[in-house]
Amino acid sequence: MSIDLKQDHFSLFGLPRSYALDEAALEAAWHGLQSQVHPDRYAHLPDVDKRRAMQWATHVNEGFRTLQKPLSRARYLLELAGVDVGAETNTAMSPEFLMEQMEWREAVEEARQAAEVEDLEQLHTRLLRHARAVRAELERQLDVEHDHAAAADTVRRLMFIEKLQHEIDEALLALEG
Amino acid sequence: MAYSDKVLDHYENPRNVGSFGKEEEGVATGMVGAPACGDVMKLQIKVGKDGVIEDAKFKTYGCGSAIASSSLVTEWVKGKTIDQALDIKNTQIAEELALPPVKIHCSILAEDAIKAAVADYRKKHPA
Repeated sequence: MSIDLKQDHFSLFGLPRSYALDEAALEAAWHGLQSQVHPDRYAHLPDVDKRRAMQWATHVNEGFRTLQKPLSRARYLLELAGVDVGAETNTAMSPEFLMEQMEWREAVEEARQAAEVEDLEQLHTRLLRHARAVRAELERQLDVEHDHAAAADTVRRLMFIEKLQHEIDEALLALEG
Repeated sequence: MAYSDKVLDHYENPRNVGSFGKEEEGVATGMVGAPACGDVMKLQIKVGKDGVIEDAKFKTYGCGSAIASSSLVTEWVKGKTIDQALDIKNTQIAEELALPPVKIHCSILAEDAIKAAVADYRKKHPA
């Protein structure tokens, strides 16, 4: 058993390099690799082999986590294509999008303060629907149009949307808890 | 992570929170966002006829450092000309607030908010 740490995560799991993902195939390939590189299998071997197995196991798990989630998968695809999403540095989102985000945040804050669980649930549902549409757009940009610049912008938008989702979930948890 | 005293001060007593009326004379708006943390920042400046920023307001959804950074720049831009305001650098903001490296992007956001507000002002008032 040996794992090439230089190959990309898609090759590692024997999957096509695309945003659209066969989740079951990823899961099956992950389990397969995981059992092959599990540190227990190397417990009786010298330290150098144990360390290498540990490295493989970490790499396999990291690859799985990267591909499993749509947002990190998209970021990884762009990284492979040499495109920097600029998550830390690109602050110039379209004003319309930012205004919309501001309005979402205001609505969440108001609902939270007024303890309006129903409003929060509605926002949650609306946002899920919105996120689905944005992910569909991302899939088209990455897999069909191969428009990396547009995809990078969509990834940035999705990062805001996921953060917002997280905030709504937290507000709901706090109110229901 | 522990916030510095200055961040806490601005976070707990933010200066100049709110909005100007959009149609108010001399008002310009800068909207920016940081994908890494999902923070959204709106900075408004009110510029007098002499080109000096008379007042500033902000609204930020984000962490303590982002709120403190925007609160601080509303104080700093007041009394400056729009050109002088553009000289405010994120490193100065980070230094003043003693931001840790992982929060530097909050100060970048505040600097970019100033630039966006000035750009909006210039768009509305071509020289």
